[in-house]
Amino acid sequence: METSDENLVNLAQSGDAAAFSALISRHYDLMHRIGYRILGSQTEAQDMTQDLCIALGAKIASFRGDAKFTTWLYRVAINAARDRLRKRTTRQKAQENWGAYEVNSRAADAENRAQLDWLQQAMQTLPDDLRETVALVLGEDMTHAAAAEALNIPQGTVSWRMSEVKKHLRAQAQSEELIK
Amino acid sequence: MNELEKLQSLLRDTPAPNADAKAAALRAATENFARFQEQGAQARPIPEAPAKGSLWKGLADMFNRSTLRPALYASTCLVIAGVAYTSYQPWSETLPELQDAGRATQLAAAPEESLQKPPQAPPTLAPKPAPQKQAAAQSAAAPLAHSQESDSIAPHQKQKTYSALGAMAGLDAPSGDTITHPLQGNADQFTGASENPLKITAQDPVSTFSIDVDTASYAYVRASLLNGGPLNPDAIRIEEMINYFTYDYPAPSDPDQPFSTQISVTKTPWNPETQLVQIGIQGMKPAIENRPPLNLVFLIDTSGSMQSANKLPLLTQSFALMLGELRPTDQVAIVTYAGSAGTALPPTNASETATILGALDRLNASGSTAGQAGLRQAYALADQMTQDGDISRVLLATDGDFNVGINNPDQMKSFIESQRDSGTYLSVLGFGRGNYRDDIMQSLAQNGNGTAAYIDTLAEAQKVLVDQLSGALFPIANDVKIQVEFNPAEVAEYRLIGYETRTLNREDFNNDTVDAGEIGAGHQVTALYEITPVGSPAILNDPLRYTEQAASNSNDELGYFKLRYKKPGAAASQLVTTPIRTNGDLPDAGFAAAIAGFGQVLKHAAYIKNWSYDDAITLATANKGPDPFGYRAEAIRLMKLAKIRD
Repeated sequence: METSDENLVNLAQSGDAAAFSALISRHYDLMHRIGYRILGSQTEAQDMTQDLCIALGAKIASFRGDAKFTTWLYRVAINAARDRLRKRTTRQKAQENWGAYEVNSRAADAENRAQLDWLQQAMQTLPDDLRETVALVLGEDMTHAAAAEALNIPQGTVSWRMSEVKKHLRAQAQSEELIK
Repeated sequence: MNELEKLQSLLRDTPAPNADAKAAALRAATENFARFQEQGAQARPIPEAPAKGSLWKGLADMFNRSTLRPALYASTCLVIAGVAYTSYQPWSETLPELQDAGRATQLAAAPEESLQKPPQAPPTLAPKPAPQKQAAAQSAAAPLAHSQESDSIAPHQKQKTYSALGAMAGLDAPSGDTITHPLQGNADQFTGASENPLKITAQDPVSTFSIDVDTASYAYVRASLLNGGPLNPDAIRIEEMINYFTYDYPAPSDPDQPFSTQISVTKTPWNPETQLVQIGIQGMKPAIENRPPLNLVFLIDTSGSMQSANKLPLLTQSFALMLGELRPTDQVAIVTYAGSAGTALPPTNASETATILGALDRLNASGSTAGQAGLRQAYALADQMTQDGDISRVLLATDGDFNVGINNPDQMKSFIESQRDSGTYLSVLGFGRGNYRDDIMQSLAQNGNGTAAYIDTLAEAQKVLVDQLSGALFPIANDVKIQVEFNPAEVAEYRLIGYETRTLNREDFNNDTVDAGEIGAGHQVTALYEITPVGSPAILNDPLRYTEQAASNSNDELGYFKLRYKKPGAAASQLVTTPIRTNGDLPDAGFAAAIAGFGQVLKHAAYIKNWSYDDAITLATANKGPDPFGYRAEAIRLMKLAKIRD
């Protein structure tokens, strides 16, 4: 049986390096996914995740167990991504980024490329708060309640944001129609 | 497919993270974690041999760096040669640089006292490499798989070696590596007792309790705060925290009285409307030159749970420290118990240090814990060693995890009570964390004419076993009980701070067959009452309509203090009485109040209201006094740590 996150956190908080390593390696992908979906670039997601992994060595002490560990980790990862976005804004690169999207091998064919363009367009035009919400609700398949907990906002706000996202996508679809 | 579903399916198709990047991040995170832990808990002056495995790994990493130039390569080879040499040496013989680095850490953390007398063990006392290698091998082989079964538990241990090596080679060597011991969820167990309630003087004017000179709770709390681990409120016994410190009480002037009693009344720091009655008892210090010979039976738990570095190795070092203080006429025997009990060293004169150290060195931890068999054998041996006028004491060193035979505190209590009449005293020394059975330790010490201390560092061993050797080993009064009767005309309400596990029934005070605490030579005991004077706005209970009001024969006496004790060996008790008056101010009242307040804040106690760590820090700092050994300064550091943590 796998040791629970909560057990590992307890051990890590009392100084067990092995438990800490296990915890980080178990959740590396989660942090990376969040980073990628909010930042839109795999290199950036990688850097962010590495910084976050390092910071967690100190940060883990502040986890008090009043939420699930993963909920807490989502929150921490979103904050890290947010910080990164903010820094990028100061470097005047805000809009370019969901553009530096790594093209996977599977993206070779034209259809895939079109889809990626669409994804890029969609994510890039979303305001930051909507993008974070999308990363959790659609990307992680979280319920509105769970996403609300991770984002530390009321559940109603999550639902409202998702309806905003829908409007956004519809607007995008309409403008595509016009171009065609 | 609508847009939302389309977005979802595309988002799900996230590229997998790059494996190399992931590995690099994990490595960096783990290294940083180790470094952070090292900064967080430096107070662990346990000298240890470097961990071989992790050093090699670090060196291998150095080689794998692509930027390594030939010159650098050559100098690294030198370092490797150095490491190959040092990693097999006992700590006391390592390179001077390494030793100095180790000592610097030790001094930074330990109270000043160790500056004067660094706890330097003779070379033969070097920790045996065997258990450490084993521990390192264990953690390397199966870092986590262990957590469930293994009961060898310890907070992480630090290695300070890298920085010294890096300095030698002029290299930016990977900083501090860690040996980790498998650690499971904290399973330390404590006797829970809720805070002493507020009593109404008119209804219940008499408070009776047994004295308590134990200090285990403070050391345990300190270890918890320093490690940043969870702290069980039941682990905090305020009287033990107060009694950890020495206060400026005058020595007894009457040679027939084994101790003097001082009582002061001051304002309560956390409530201006109440007063704090501080009762200070100072035991006499008999001339140590003519002390009777001592018979010491070291009863050492060598079960598997004692394997980690802060248990058996620390224990053997602690006992070795103490050997230096014994006289040639004293006798030492060692009984070990694990799956079964056995005599590791028959009664030996303390002058034969080599024999004793050899026996200590051969101790090895394995198996389950048959504590009862060990206790029986130790008492039998002590009995056999005792001659007329000798003082015999069993020193039990354990993590309290008795899992064979009696393992229930109540049964243990009745067993130890049957042994108590032999006249042999018992000292309980607690080691380790993770499955520390504080409840059993307390039960043993309280019922076996003994004291309990918790040893987390060599510095603490020095305090308990060397500096306080006389107090720890020579009782001057047995079954010391205190009874205070408050005057309802002056005191409306009162409560005893701490001593929750030591309360006695009112009638027990005059019953000489009821056991109570012992006072050793030079020991001090401090008890605090918070009292609410009649007419104070702080009274919490309304007067009753149908009950007679208290007689108003005010005579300036807040209460009447009574104390009973037996001289060692005597069966009948003697009575000491003194009235408690509003005058009198002990010079050291402030610091005891600060510690009492700190303990209550830490415990989230009910009566402390809005008093905070900051208030405790201010009060303790103002009342630090000369503090020759640095214990009080250490307490203030702990308060600051607790403040950050909460």
